[in-house]
Amino acid sequence: MTFVSILYGLLFWAATLILIGGVAMKIRQYWNTPAPLKIPTTPAPVTQGGVVWRMFREVVFFQSLFRSNKTLWLFAFLFHISLWLVLIRHTRYFMEMGAVLTFLQPFGKYAGFTMVLGLAGLWARRFLVDRVRYISAPSDHLMLALLIAIGGSGLLMTFVTHTDVTQVKAFFGGLLTFGFFGDAGGLPADPIVLVHLLLVALLMIIFPISKLMHAPGIFFSPTRNQVDNPREKRHVSGWALELERQGKNYLDELKK
Amino acid sequence: MADYEVPKLTGEGYCEIPAVREGVMESKGPFIAKPDFQKALHFPNDFDAAGSLVPNWKERALDKMADLKGRYRSLQVFLDICVKCGACTDKCHYFIGTSDAKNMPVARQDLLRKVYRRYFTFAGKYFPKLVGATDLTEEVLADWYNYYHQCSQCRRCSVFCPYGIDTAEISMAAREILDHVGYGQKYCNEIIGKVFKIGNNLGLPGPALFDTVEGLEEDVEMDTGIKVRFPLDEDGAEVLLVTPSADFFAEPHIDGLIGYAKVFHETGVTWTMSTIASEAGNFGMFIGSYETMRRVSLRVREAAIKHKVKRIVFGECGHAWRVAYSFLNTLAGPFDFLDQRYPVPQHILEFTWSQIQAGNLQIDKTENDDKVLTFHDSCNVARGSRMGDYPGGQFDIPRHVIRAVCNNFVDMPADTIHDATFCCGGGGGLLTDDLMEIRVKGIQPRAEALKHVTTHNGVTHMAAICAICKSQFTKVLPYYGFTMDQIVSVHQLVSNALVLQRQVSVQARPDDEDGDED
Repeated sequence: MTFVSILYGLLFWAATLILIGGVAMKIRQYWNTPAPLKIPTTPAPVTQGGVVWRMFREVVFFQSLFRSNKTLWLFAFLFHISLWLVLIRHTRYFMEMGAVLTFLQPFGKYAGFTMVLGLAGLWARRFLVDRVRYISAPSDHLMLALLIAIGGSGLLMTFVTHTDVTQVKAFFGGLLTFGFFGDAGGLPADPIVLVHLLLVALLMIIFPISKLMHAPGIFFSPTRNQVDNPREKRHVSGWALELERQGKNYLDELKK
Repeated sequence: MADYEVPKLTGEGYCEIPAVREGVMESKGPFIAKPDFQKALHFPNDFDAAGSLVPNWKERALDKMADLKGRYRSLQVFLDICVKCGACTDKCHYFIGTSDAKNMPVARQDLLRKVYRRYFTFAGKYFPKLVGATDLTEEVLADWYNYYHQCSQCRRCSVFCPYGIDTAEISMAAREILDHVGYGQKYCNEIIGKVFKIGNNLGLPGPALFDTVEGLEEDVEMDTGIKVRFPLDEDGAEVLLVTPSADFFAEPHIDGLIGYAKVFHETGVTWTMSTIASEAGNFGMFIGSYETMRRVSLRVREAAIKHKVKRIVFGECGHAWRVAYSFLNTLAGPFDFLDQRYPVPQHILEFTWSQIQAGNLQIDKTENDDKVLTFHDSCNVARGSRMGDYPGGQFDIPRHVIRAVCNNFVDMPADTIHDATFCCGGGGGLLTDDLMEIRVKGIQPRAEALKHVTTHNGVTHMAAICAICKSQFTKVLPYYGFTMDQIVSVHQLVSNALVLQRQVSVQARPDDEDGDED
């Protein structure tokens, strides 16, 4: 076990905690914030099943984005779908390979290229389209740089300089079981692995405090997740009901 | 005609996306409401004169922001999850018409989001420059006031956003914050004040309304030889009609009102309007105030109970219909005392269409043969509400009715109608003369689409179902070479084509029951 292993072990424990805890806190906040009015963007489904189908089309195929801008849709879709394939491939570092996982390995392997390509397209827009340039903050650029660096370092390990995958797997296996950070010598000290993992940990840490929250956030978007049935079913939030119950017009008149 | 350039139309049906320019539309914004009017709306009024701020405005603005984001999931989620992808940047008619960078939906949202980040997020507190967070200053407030009054809350951006982020929700929140620090908008707030005091946006008192409807009865009788009633404040009618007050006197609105009356007359359904609820439009939505919106809505409930009606029907009005369809049950319900066989409330077009389908109306379509029609989907009807019982009924029913009463109908280009419809440029509290420049520039995409069908398909008239659209079009389209009378109400077309069979309205005149005095 090396110093680097201990450092990275602690880093990944912390990053996982921040990611899960942070996202959970945000989701709790969204969940607990009332939606006092029905504001679905129409034509909206009139049944709950319809809403699920609408959300599925949005989350999986980016339907609204497709209507909006085909180039942007292409890069965004390429990036996200590739990211999924890459993530699925990475599960082999945490679990036993089943038949499905084995089948998906090559897809995940080459999806690294399309992922970086998609990201490069998204980044290029931030320089080339004056409207997008205007709205981009430094963090928007950095986020893309970070993802590209993660993708690039991953590709290097897959196609240029291989690392000891078995040892990486043992290391994360150890972390998962709260054992020591890999019994057989810990994390391989290849610089590319270390850079790759450092950037991934960074991404995990900033996830809950950044715009990456769009991933869980979209499920809470009232314009997309509400059923269009306000005439059939009365929809009243807690605070509005309290106004009604006390016969008041304004919140500051409420008896607490 | 104006000291600014009116955009040129090509007739090609689409507008070039302009290169972004900064500060083109920088100004002081619309007139600011005086303390008295703020007081009437229960907003803080401890500021000196219009244009000055309340004491400790910064703290109060941030408190209000915290309050709103705690009460509106839309606001909290929308402030967090925008990824600045730019999908919305070319979708706003005000951006297309002005090219001002801050009129791109995401940039407009960012005016508020930057302050939210600075005070409410970890990244903004510790790394403001990195994430584009800014302090709340008087300059920022002035920017809010200016640019959030260049948003008609038409929600076109929300259609194209991959997360459904709705700039209207953000601009409503911004306006509510501004109302709490002394920067209320004169136009909206004075109008809401009139609703509370008199009953409608235009401040028409009861006697004036009675006078108007009496005049209309005479006009229609002169025109058709038939006594069509326009009942006002009559108890026991089946339907309460709530319509925008513009229908009582503005053109072409009033022709719509005549149309509703003829339809009721012909179908034999008894109805009444009410001086208490002599306004369908609910400007509470424009300023983002749930409480105001609720207070305005409760008038409709009060009128329905007072006049002992069985149904509530809304006239042709876009924002009114959104509030009515989506929020009335929430704000002023439950309406369990009404006839549950009909949706509460109903749109006048739903009513008329069902009567046409049932064969209760005799139509002579040739009466409208002097026109080739197109139809403007009003934003709040198209993207915020529904008609009928299936998604998209709000697009079909008005067109069904138009086709049922007119022989010539042509739609504008597909990317400018239905839920992608372009705003008239005057919605959301912008229908005021102090905002003329943004109104003229904002109508450009709609004018372009209209020009396309007038050039290529011989369209002569555009029908609309919103009081604001009609007022904005008649005033602003002439800047683009159209004439005021090219804008018509849908029920104006119905009125033209409807062949009246009944000699007298089923509804007796109240004075007939009392016995004639003369």
